[in-house]
Amino acid sequence: MAELSPRTAQPPELRQAAAAAAELTPVAAAGRAGVERQAGSGIDFSLSGEQELLREQVRRFAEERIRPGVQERDRTHRFPQEIVAEMAELGLLGMMVPEEYGGSGADVLTYAIAVEELARVCPATAVTMSVTNSVCCWPIVRFGAARLKQRVLPELTRGALGAFGLTEPGSGSDPGSLRTTARRERSSWVLDGEKAWITNAGFARWYVVFARTDPRGGKRGLSAFVVPADAPGLAIGQPEEKLGVKASRTAALYFNGCRIPDENLLGAFGQGLQIAFATLDHSRVGIAAQAVGIHQRALELAVAYARDRVQFGVPIAQHQAIQWKLAEMATELAAARLLAYRAAIAATEGGGEERSELAGAAGEAEEAAGAAGAAATHPGSRRRGDPGRLAAEAKLFASEAANRACYASLQIHGGNGFHDDHEISRLYRDVRVTTIYEGTSEVQRLVIARHLLAG
Amino acid sequence: MEIELTAEHRLLRDTVRRFADEVVRPRAKEIDQTGEFPRAFFDQAGKLGLTGVTVPEEYGGAGMDAVSYCLVIEEVSRACATSGVILSVNNSLVCEPLLAHGTEAQKREFLTPLAAGAKLGCFALTEPGAGSDPAALRTTARRDADQYVLNGNKVFITSGTDADLALVFATVDPARKHRGITAFIVPAGTPGYSHGQHEFKLGVNASGTTELAFTDLRLPAGQRLGEEGEGFKIAMAALDCGRIGIAAQAVGIAQAAFEEALAYSQQREQFGRHLSDFQAIQFYLADMATELDAARLLTWKAAWAKEQGKRYTLEAAQAKLFASEMAQRVTNKALQIHGGYGYTREYNVERYFRDARITEIYEGTSEIQKMVIADWVVNRA
Repeated sequence: MAELSPRTAQPPELRQAAAAAAELTPVAAAGRAGVERQAGSGIDFSLSGEQELLREQVRRFAEERIRPGVQERDRTHRFPQEIVAEMAELGLLGMMVPEEYGGSGADVLTYAIAVEELARVCPATAVTMSVTNSVCCWPIVRFGAARLKQRVLPELTRGALGAFGLTEPGSGSDPGSLRTTARRERSSWVLDGEKAWITNAGFARWYVVFARTDPRGGKRGLSAFVVPADAPGLAIGQPEEKLGVKASRTAALYFNGCRIPDENLLGAFGQGLQIAFATLDHSRVGIAAQAVGIHQRALELAVAYARDRVQFGVPIAQHQAIQWKLAEMATELAAARLLAYRAAIAATEGGGEERSELAGAAGEAEEAAGAAGAAATHPGSRRRGDPGRLAAEAKLFASEAANRACYASLQIHGGNGFHDDHEISRLYRDVRVTTIYEGTSEVQRLVIARHLLAG
Repeated sequence: MEIELTAEHRLLRDTVRRFADEVVRPRAKEIDQTGEFPRAFFDQAGKLGLTGVTVPEEYGGAGMDAVSYCLVIEEVSRACATSGVILSVNNSLVCEPLLAHGTEAQKREFLTPLAAGAKLGCFALTEPGAGSDPAALRTTARRDADQYVLNGNKVFITSGTDADLALVFATVDPARKHRGITAFIVPAGTPGYSHGQHEFKLGVNASGTTELAFTDLRLPAGQRLGEEGEGFKIAMAALDCGRIGIAAQAVGIAQAAFEEALAYSQQREQFGRHLSDFQAIQFYLADMATELDAARLLTWKAAWAKEQGKRYTLEAAQAKLFASEMAQRVTNKALQIHGGYGYTREYNVERYFRDARITEIYEGTSEIQKMVIADWVVNRA
């Protein structure tokens, strides 16, 4: 901006203010010096030029390359491998992987914007992409040994998909109870068990898999492994029939004496649960962004339809009942986006780093929140453990708000929206999973509460 | 994008929090019950630079940015919502329009003492028949040579019992509807000016809400703010800013309620466990914290948008709508967590619960905010 602000031109008289603040009682005696002449705001809600550019590029890509055929893929459940290849060319797989391994080295906010724009057009494609980035690449980058990274990451960034095998038939919100086992046999690990609801199963080249390595249980009883698709003893189940995100693949994994090399242990022996929680703390930002993208589209569709549709002689956008829904959708969208972006920034600033250290000491990452009491709700306060809480808040709010938005948008569309071929009908089904996967809303609330009560 | 406060912001917040905790909070319960207007608080706030936060220092203000303003209103409201709204009105609804539309002479004579806290301002727009529809106001201003003659009544005027100066909106020609509305700077001592008694309300009880009456009140033409017919625009712009203040007030009230509910849940035992050990209570706390953070971010975003010098009507309306409704929900849950104790005056949460209710009403009801937002979403996107 060409205009010079007199406020920012003034030097901050911090020392004077600090001195005044220190002897504030009685406050009147401290005088005006206590608060005056603050420097300009450090708060800046604008995106960087690169982030704006990336948003434009991904939006154009999604409109031109993903939108055609999106309804048909939803109907036929066809997995769009050709789109995956194009996403890899654009650098959308392995976005946060350092450039030395072939990634884009992007920050988490940039990644979140990409997920948002993909989800705005096709939530199924967005989750295919986000799973590869945030629950496969990210833990490998964060916890993998150098050799493992060199072997696995360049493939993932070039278009091989990744997946995350934590959930089991009897172990969803309570991953500590999982029953898949891994035992050491000479220089190999041998896995036995079953994983359920695995996104990208059958299309992934690499799976991050969690298994029990200490039968006595306990918080250090799980370890994480990186399993290649062609590992002997790994079988993929039939594709699941789902309510939504139908063009993403979901299936079971079966490990039957599945043998992988020693070096495919991810992180340290016994570090599995900690890796799982740190990864989910991080990846929830992506699901929040996915929900924001769906919410954005639900609003766009509702506004366009309400302007166009005439009932009682006027466009229905002129009826207050419809205006109210639009206003609420727009307001919650703004709130959800801010929560998601703030969580993304916090995640970039090394949440996983701090969390994993904490978790190492405390055993269970989700209990290891460093946030203390009410002061932690001030986003201005930097506290250990905050990134996990912020991601949970973002995921909780954005997914619930996006569900409300899709409900309202479909309601505005009336009977037209109920038709299978209508975009809002697809989004209404797709959005439902956002309050479930990578931690249900109920699990998010538990995570948030544990942070709040840790003080 | 940067959503962390600067060191200066944090210092400001901590300073105001100390002032609020040490000076404002101790009187909050008492003035809620007696309705006594906290004039001493306003004077002290003036000395700290809180009465004209964004007004440049040359006009008696503190010369800070809009985010700073949010922090001030939040922290004061966290201690006492009544004090928060008195400050918000003086800052947003009186100082801001004088700064934006006043002549140099008007700024020197009227803005400077208001911003410095030497004088207290109120905003006189609402009338018995003109609430959400201010264009229907009926207070008249008749030009008489180099004077205006005002006649009419205003209601629900915050700080009305104690204000030294009122920013009054009157019409120079009712036939011109909103295009006839004109703003006037009216000192309280002007002959023909009178105010009513303190009125007891559900909440923000000591904010001096009352009626104003103008009977053949004569003003020099030099006390007209802006041009004839410009008043509606001035009022709407003031309310854009005011809504940021009310959003911050709602955040402050909810923050106080949340903190007390969190602490109470960790002390109170039932069924042999702390309340905070029960999932039902944990879920309440998680939702409260999440919504509080969302509201605070929307409020800061509106403040940031104002700083950018762009129109921020949409952002302010969204912040005000979300934050006020959030405060209603959060104070309600805080009271619920306190159970029967929360319903008594022994605890603060019943006051927070009552105080939060007005944030959904004044400076544009939630319904008005939705009209504003829908207009932007449907017609201007």
